[in-house]
Amino acid sequence: MTQDPAVVIDHLTVIRGTVRAVDDVSIALAGGGIIGLLGPSGSGKTTLMRALVGTQDLTAGTVTVAGQPAGSAQTRGQVGYMAQVPALYADLSVTENLAYFAALLGVGADRVAEVIEAVDLGDRAQALVRTLSGGETNRASLAVALLNAPPILVLDEPTVGLDPVLRQSLWELFRVLADGGTTVIVSSHVMDEAARCDDLILMREGRILFHGSRSALQAEADEPDIEQAFIHLATRVAS
Amino acid sequence: MTPRRTLATAQRVLRQLKHDRRTIGLMFGLPTILMGLLAWMVVDQPGAFDHWGPPILGIFPLIIMFAVTSVATLRERTSGTLERILAMPLGRGDLLGGYVLAFGLVGIVQAAFISAFAFWAYGMEIPGSPFLLAGVAIADAILGTAMGLAASAVSRTEFQAVQMMPLLLFPQLFLCGLIVPLDAMPDALQWIAHLVPMTYAIKAADIAIANDSITADYLTNMGVVLGFIVLALVLGGVTLRRRTP
Repeated sequence: MTQDPAVVIDHLTVIRGTVRAVDDVSIALAGGGIIGLLGPSGSGKTTLMRALVGTQDLTAGTVTVAGQPAGSAQTRGQVGYMAQVPALYADLSVTENLAYFAALLGVGADRVAEVIEAVDLGDRAQALVRTLSGGETNRASLAVALLNAPPILVLDEPTVGLDPVLRQSLWELFRVLADGGTTVIVSSHVMDEAARCDDLILMREGRILFHGSRSALQAEADEPDIEQAFIHLATRVAS
Repeated sequence: MTPRRTLATAQRVLRQLKHDRRTIGLMFGLPTILMGLLAWMVVDQPGAFDHWGPPILGIFPLIIMFAVTSVATLRERTSGTLERILAMPLGRGDLLGGYVLAFGLVGIVQAAFISAFAFWAYGMEIPGSPFLLAGVAIADAILGTAMGLAASAVSRTEFQAVQMMPLLLFPQLFLCGLIVPLDAMPDALQWIAHLVPMTYAIKAADIAIANDSITADYLTNMGVVLGFIVLALVLGGVTLRRRTP
């Protein structure tokens, strides 16, 4: 793991309507490794991720990626993003989708074939996206995020709805990418997935409850179980 | 804005259309059938189709391209693909340019297709130039595309996008001089009529019907239509925001 901060979030607040989706969050993420962003639905994970990608209106604070404002021309292409919605053209095939995004990113056709294999969609490459199953659609969306091998990958609940075998293979892929130097930021509301991360960020009601390693979390909460540790920290903050 | 990304976007839009054969059928078949219906309705009234056909020929591509573009662009916004591509190194101009190029191309083919049917199959005759009239239809198709891009920006659902058509196009249809001559309308309405692009498209069509070569008036009115195309594209571009609430 390199120690240069890949992402610096400074006093970030995002208000959506009347809700403080992200409430005065400051955090620095070192480059490399798998960072798990965990918390229940509505805790602000997606808003924080969109801020990091540069597609979220910020109410206050700043987000920088590799020293540049998130979403600036210099960072676009540095951050691969997989949203919760598939964000694919349903009336195009998997290959046609990837070929278009590859053209935008300036990536060659050989890379399209590589990422299709990486997400194990070789036999569905010519299928229209609207005919894919939920899991296949997720993997096609992940393939887009992988296209230009970005140094930072932001994946919003990439394993939701997948069968255990597929989840396992995706986590293996994330590990390979992280070992290769990619900073993989993965959100999940399933606390079990914490075991697969190098670093954890626990969120609740727009605030960060904890940031650090799994062992540090277990020590701080004095709980071996991550879900229990989360409940312990949430209760402590509430009181 | 880079030609590679603009062309890739245009190619992608055309590929999407290629997979949707029913829409292609409607885009080309429907106006052709409607022109045929009009020709049939007035078959016993000499000169009536030659009077009503040419301006309607120019308006069909505008309406159809408006509907197709506004829904297609809105779908891009609601499906998450717009957010994804704007998070990539894609300029707003690339996206708008790609859409205009793709749907403009479709509009040109559509305008040429309807014109060919109107003149050769339905026997429409004008003293002026069919090519100048086809030019108006093509400009209208691109205007419809540009207005559709702008309209999608203020729509949140496909229902709203479709209803932008009666909101933005129907008043123009009433005011443009097609139904009632401009100088027969109250002054206030004449003033409003001169603020909408369809008025100039109809004027250009009238000039094309009467002249077999390009005149200064034809160029002036086509120039105003072009100005409205640019204005609509600027509006569409301004509303394409990388960051959303």
